[in-house]
Formats: sequence, structure tokens, C-alpha cells
Amino acid sequence: MTPGSVVRTPRWPRLSRTRTLGVFYVFLGLVLVFQVAPALSEERRRFLFGTGSDSVAWSFQPSSVTVTIGLALILFGAATFAERRLGRFVRGGLALGGVLGVLMILVASMALSPTKSTNLVPLFVQSLKLGSPIALGALAGMWSERSGVVNIGIEGMMLAGAGIGFVGYALMNGGSGGLPLYVAVVIAVLAGGLFASLHAVMSISFRTDQVVSGVAVNLLAIGLTSFLRTQVLVPLNADSATTLPEISIPLLSRIPIIGDQLFVAKPIFFLTFLLFGISAFVLTRTRWGLRVRSVGENPHAAETLGVDVIKVRYQAVIIGGCIAGLAGAQFSLETVGSFDDLMTNGTGFIALAALIFGKWRPGSVLAASMFFGFARALGVRIQLLNVEIGGFPLPSQFLQAVPYIVTLVVLAGAIGRAIPPGAVGRPYRRPR
Amino acid sequence: MADTGHPVLELTGITKTFPGVVANRDVSFSLEQGEIHCLLGENGAGKSTLMNVVFGLYQPDSGTMRVNGREMAFSSSADAIAERIGMVHQHFQLVPTLSVLENVVLGAETVRHGVLDMDEPRAALERLSADYGLPIDPDALVGDLSVGIRQRVELLKALYRDADILILDEPTAVLTPGEVDEFLSTTRELVRSGKSVIFITHKLREVLAVADRITVLRGGEVVGSTVPGETDEAELASMMVGREVSFTVDRGESHPGEKVLSVRDLRVLDNRGVAMVEGCSFEVRAGEIFGIAGVEGNGQRELVEALAGMRPVDSGDLRLGGRSLVGLGPRQIAELAVGHIPEDRSRHGLIAPFAVSDNLVLNQYHRSPFSRRLVRNRIAVESHAAELVDKFDIRTPGISVPVGQLSGGNQQKVVVAREMSRPLKLLLVAQPTRGLDVGSIEFIHSQLVRMRDRGTAILLVSAELDEVLGLADTVGVLYRGRVVATMAAEEADRGRIGLLMASGVEAA
Repeated sequence: MTPGSVVRTPRWPRLSRTRTLGVFYVFLGLVLVFQVAPALSEERRRFLFGTGSDSVAWSFQPSSVTVTIGLALILFGAATFAERRLGRFVRGGLALGGVLGVLMILVASMALSPTKSTNLVPLFVQSLKLGSPIALGALAGMWSERSGVVNIGIEGMMLAGAGIGFVGYALMNGGSGGLPLYVAVVIAVLAGGLFASLHAVMSISFRTDQVVSGVAVNLLAIGLTSFLRTQVLVPLNADSATTLPEISIPLLSRIPIIGDQLFVAKPIFFLTFLLFGISAFVLTRTRWGLRVRSVGENPHAAETLGVDVIKVRYQAVIIGGCIAGLAGAQFSLETVGSFDDLMTNGTGFIALAALIFGKWRPGSVLAASMFFGFARALGVRIQLLNVEIGGFPLPSQFLQAVPYIVTLVVLAGAIGRAIPPGAVGRPYRRPR
Repeated sequence: MADTGHPVLELTGITKTFPGVVANRDVSFSLEQGEIHCLLGENGAGKSTLMNVVFGLYQPDSGTMRVNGREMAFSSSADAIAERIGMVHQHFQLVPTLSVLENVVLGAETVRHGVLDMDEPRAALERLSADYGLPIDPDALVGDLSVGIRQRVELLKALYRDADILILDEPTAVLTPGEVDEFLSTTRELVRSGKSVIFITHKLREVLAVADRITVLRGGEVVGSTVPGETDEAELASMMVGREVSFTVDRGESHPGEKVLSVRDLRVLDNRGVAMVEGCSFEVRAGEIFGIAGVEGNGQRELVEALAGMRPVDSGDLRLGGRSLVGLGPRQIAELAVGHIPEDRSRHGLIAPFAVSDNLVLNQYHRSPFSRRLVRNRIAVESHAAELVDKFDIRTPGISVPVGQLSGGNQQKVVVAREMSRPLKLLLVAQPTRGLDVGSIEFIHSQLVRMRDRGTAILLVSAELDEVLGLADTVGVLYRGRVVATMAAEEADRGRIGLLMASGVEAA
């Protein structure tokens, strides 16, 4: 070997996650600028905020907005290749790009719709309202999983709450409101807690695989609520029952534009936000919260310090179940006033996705749930706008899926890997 | 040392069995106020089991325990903590996602109006930290701390609970030589302030340096008690192992041959992209053991991984007898007659649920006679395994037992047997005896010398300076990713190397 013959080895290809996303953004931007923008009409469209005298409007030309968004995406995408120099701005840009992507969906829908203007305030409010049950489900999952117990049974606990709560209501006075309605909400909460304690017994005491146990809870809830419906609700002819009344928050409901939409709503909707506040506080600022976190990360450490791991896990899972039961009540007792089979319609699973998207942290979980709520609200709105491409109506399923695709992209690129609680999914065995 | 001498902890006739194993048999043990009582024994001798009984994590089958003269039966560690017993576990019991302060208060929280009060504990922690000379940042996340600092958190956790009896389970196993000295003086400081300490270890040097009394366990039973003035390393070792143990590795003169491995200006990055090895050059000859001394974290891991093909070389050159190894993967390097005994046997050396026999052919399962085209040849695998189990004295109930069920020492023997079972030009050896008992260490050392004498070039990386000095023919000191000095074993003395390890330069 000759001295100084230092071989410079080829670097391993470094197409990091961020850069992959950057390439995708640039591609998307180019498509928007050269393909989408020329195809959109020059006719102006308007986004309204509110109705009547105090409404605000934004009038725009779809093609030029599309070009602007396209250029922004190209810029943010290209920025990922200067990550070393730009640092954290790159990630901010990618996140902002995600928001612009969602805005683009709205703009494109408007441009392809015969409707000239649309009011965005109800869209926003509807996002929160559709996000509320997702958020409650995710909160249920958060308590369970932060204590180290995977909870795939949220859907079942919600369904149990919806079904059993409504059955109780129907049996009490046939669904004509009043005090029995509130008692029914409590029954729903307890039903969720009961199903959660089943999950707890199976997965904590008997150390069944937590996923299997969660699936069992889901299947049991489907079967039991369906049985109750045919055996109890059908004979009673209980549907179109009185639902929880709307509450108007004093003062706040007088805020112009949004007040009468956002602060006049039903009680469980408001309770969602309250519960998130309480949960965040309990988790970070109380003894029990600290113990839940420790038990979910390293139960052995907690045990050596005299923390009763089994007890804390039971408590967290059951409290989560109660919250899921409340989410169920939101379907049957707050929104619809009847119970149908599979009424929760997969919300519990979307809640799990929101839990992961929000990285098991209360604030982020709430935001993620509301984003999913927005996705659902957007899907509905797009349907109402009669979006057409080349004279054919665009399948609403397609546009409904777009926000989820945006989520996936943002999750994969800008947010990065979500690290679950250290001990999640692992049954704990006390040393003896 | 107000009142020394009276026993604060007395164990009488403790027996603890697990299914199929007697971990402790009729063990009696006492700890006196203000002493450091070393509990010495090989891995699996029952030291940790006994201490877990004291700490309430296990309940004994029979026997009594007295704390400060009162008979006790603990049903959980909460009971032990209430009796002011604290334990620093060998495997740290910390929650990595919580802060230091949160870890310290966990289980002994102060609550005011239902809300956690962190101000008072913070002040208490800072006071303890100052009193015992254990500086710490209360708000650091434990997951971000080094091993040495984590141990400090463990100790502070016990002190925060006002522990008077401290059980330290193998506290030095994870520390660097400098940290060990610091830790031993901290321990003496604790005793001076009135604590009583049970110090569990299998390192004889530390026992003699720190103990007031010594009790030796073997096979779950007490084999004897002594004091440091009346014994020496040789006697303690033979008590531990049950036979005479030689400390000096029996090795003849080395006859180094041609250059086998040459490393030139090597640069290797760690997972974060930081250059852990930079400007590193050295050579290893056939028939010599080249020992690398250095404080852990100076690039040892990255160096060995790069040599084994597990980590890309950023720049520089690696040559095996003139052939460049740069860009080759682990299999390709292994095929060039390079063996690798990795640092972490459970992660890189073995597949725990696989049978002993399968683990013994992990490096050649795909070749004849262990495979014929696509079909494995079980008979060849099993006869190969039977031969190696015999030759390397692997204590296993059978060759089809999952390797994870063997003791640490026997697991390591499986790795050693596998790597040494074929002719090698170069053998990479990282921390070959970490966590092993004296008997296994002796055996592995003699095998390394045997391999050397058959003409293999051996690169030995070890955090145990004694191991490097005892085995190596040439010693290189690794400091910040660079070999800063190379010397023949005869010229290497502890003082000189210690200085190089700490500062990278020779004394002026």
C-alpha cells in the first residue's frame, strides 16, 4: 500500500425522509403550476366568513391562487436540499406546505363547482363538532396507552356506551328527555368503563395479548349492542328520541361571526375541551399522572419505588373506557336520538390514528383529532359544492380521501417518527 | 460514626427457590451500622436474589429478616423503603422520558391541594446533591444522561427516601476506571455520614479497596466471611470459584509475523453523524494480540463496527493483507477469514430464541457441510455443535436449548466457540469478558492466547485495563477516536496508560 493512498469512499445515498418529501412537494408544485392552474377557470370565486352584515369575504381568482400555492410548494420542497443552512425553517416550510395543500383542495373544489361563493365558518365549526367524538376516543386511548396498555378496543367501548346508554334511556321513559336523558349519559359512561375493565382484566391480570383483548372487546360490543337493539329497542319502537339540549355559553356566544355558531352547542361537545384540559393537568401536574406516565414507560422502575403498577394500569384503562363511553353517548344521546348497529362507524379507530398523530400528548392529540374532524367536514362540503371535472361529478370519496393523504405525507415527513410510551403493549408481571 | 457496631440488618437462614433453581440456600448475613459489607460472588451465585429479598421484591421461602432488631416480612419494596432501605439496581430502574427530579420523587411525591409540589423536592434534591458531592441537573431528561450520571440519579433516589441501609448491586459494572474511583470515594463518604452499605460485586480489586467486611456467596450459599486485612485477591477468587484461579494469563512469547490488518487515517461516524473515529491509524500483525485501551466512548464501538463491516467507513482505508475492506458488508468480511466477537452479545452476537446448535453456525450456516444448496443439513449442524460444546466447555442442558436460557458466561462461550471454530486471519474481539465470572474469563483468555499462537492477528478492545495489559503483546491507546500511542506490552504500565487514556498525551 502506498502512503497517502487514502480512498474517499462514496457516501451512502442520503435521500433522507425530509428530502423525499421535498421532492414530492416540488413535483406537486410543478403539477399545480403547469397542469392544474391552466385548467381552472379565470372566473373569480369568494370565500365568505359569516353571513349578513358582519360577514367578511375573500374574493380570488382560482388559477392565480393555484400558481401561488404551487410556487410556494416548489420553494418549500427545494428548501429541503439546503437543510444544513436553513435548519428548522425547512420543517416549518413543510408543515406550512401541508396547510397550503389543504387550502388548495378548497380552492380547486370551488373552481370546479358551479357555486360562486361558500361560507367557511360553518366548515370550521363543523370540523370541531365532527372532531369532538374522535378527540374523546383519542383521549380514552391516551389514558390507557400512557399507562402501558394498548387499547384497540376504543371503538367497542364507544359502541357499548352508545348502545347501552340509549337502551337505558329508552327503558326509563321511552326517550322523551328530562332527567332520564342525563342518567342515560351516566349509564353510557359506566358501560364504557365496564367494557374497559373487561379489557383490563384480560390484558393486565391475565396478560393476554393487548391487541387480541382489544379486538375481543370490539367484537363483544358489536354483538351485544346489536342484540340489545333487536330485543329491546325494536319492540319499544324507540327512535327519534329527544336529544341533549343545546347550551349557549353567555358572552362568548355573542362574539360576531363565530359566536352563535361555536358557543351554542350541545354539552358533550363542550365537555370534550374541558376533559382535555383536565387530562393535561392531571397527567403533568398530579401524583397519579406522574405514576401513570412512569408505569407506561418503565413499570419495573415504578414497582421498585413502591408504585402499584397493576392498580395504576387498571385505573387508567377504566378511566379511558369511561371517556370512550361518553364519546358513545355523543352519538346516540347527543346527536342522533336513536341507536343503530355499528353506529360509531370506525370513529374509535380514527381516534387511535389521532392518538399516534398527536404523539400521545394531550394538546397535540386534540389538534390531530380536530384535523381529522376537518377532513370529514371538508368531505361533506365538497359533496355539497357539486364539484365537476369535465362535466362529470367528482366522486366525493376521492376528495374525502385527500386530507388523509395529506396527513400521511405530513406525518411521514415533517413530524417524524412518533415514539410510543416505552412499555406499551407489554404485560407486566410482578416479581415474586 | 456515632454508634457503630450494632447490626442494622440481620438475615438468618434465608432460602429462596425459583422453579428448578435454588437461588439462596440457608443464607445468613448481617450488616452493622456504619460499615461497607461487600457481598462477593460469581454471576448466578445468588447475590442479587438475596438483595431483592431484602428490598421486598422477592419473598423468601423460609428464614427471618431483622431490621434494627425488629423482625420484618416485606411484601413489596414500599415496605422496604418505609424501613429506610434503599437499593441501586444493577439494571437501572429509571424512567427515561421523565426528568431527574420526577424520577427522584416518583413514589414519594409531595402533594399540595391535590397538585404535585416540585419546589420542596427540588430544594431537597439540591441539598442532597451538595452534601454528598453528587452534582446533577434536576430538569435534565434521564434518557439524555450518561450511564455514570444515571447511576448518580439512582443513588440520589435512595438518599431522597432517607435510606439508612443502602444496597448497591454491581454499581461499578458500567463505570469507567475514573468513575469507579470516584464512586468508591462517594461510597466511603456515605458511610462516614452514618449510612450502612451492602456492596455487591465480583471485582476483587474494588472489594479490597472499599470493604470493611466481606462475605462470599457461591451456588446460593455463604462460603465464608473475612476482612480485607486478612485476605488477598487469590484467596477471594478461589472462595468465589471453588478452586485455584490464576490471574496472570499464562502466555508464552509472541512471534509476530507479517502485517495482517492496517488501518490508515480512518474516519467513522456514529448514528448521529458525529465523527467518533478520526485520523485513526495502526497495524496488527499475525500472531500478536493488539490491545486497545481507552475510556469508553472514545470510538471503540465505531472502530470495531467499521472493521466488521457493520458501519460504513466515512473516509480512510482498511486493509486486510493488502485487500481493502472498505465498502464490504459483514458477510463479505467474514468470508475473508475475519472473526468478530461483538461487544453486545445479545444484540449482535446471538439470536436468543434460536437453539445453541443454530447459534454455533450463524457465520457458516449457508456453506457446506451445513447447507447443501437450499437445504440445511441438521446432522452436520448438530455434530458440529456437540463437538464445540465439548471443546469449549459450554454448560448447557442440550444443544437444542434456546441460547437465551444459558448464563451470560456460557452465552459468551457460544460466541467465542463459533468465531474460533474456523481458521482465521484476523479476530476482532470487543469486551470479551464483560459481566462474566472469573471462571469464564480465565477460559476465554486462554482461548484468545491459543488463537494467537496459531498465527491469528487479534484486535482486542476492552474497557478493563487489566484485561488489555494481561493479554496484549502491543498496546494502543485510543483517545477521541485516534490511536495516540502504541507501545510494546513490556513498556506499558498502568500509570502511563492511564494518563494517555485521560488526556491523550504523555507526561511532560
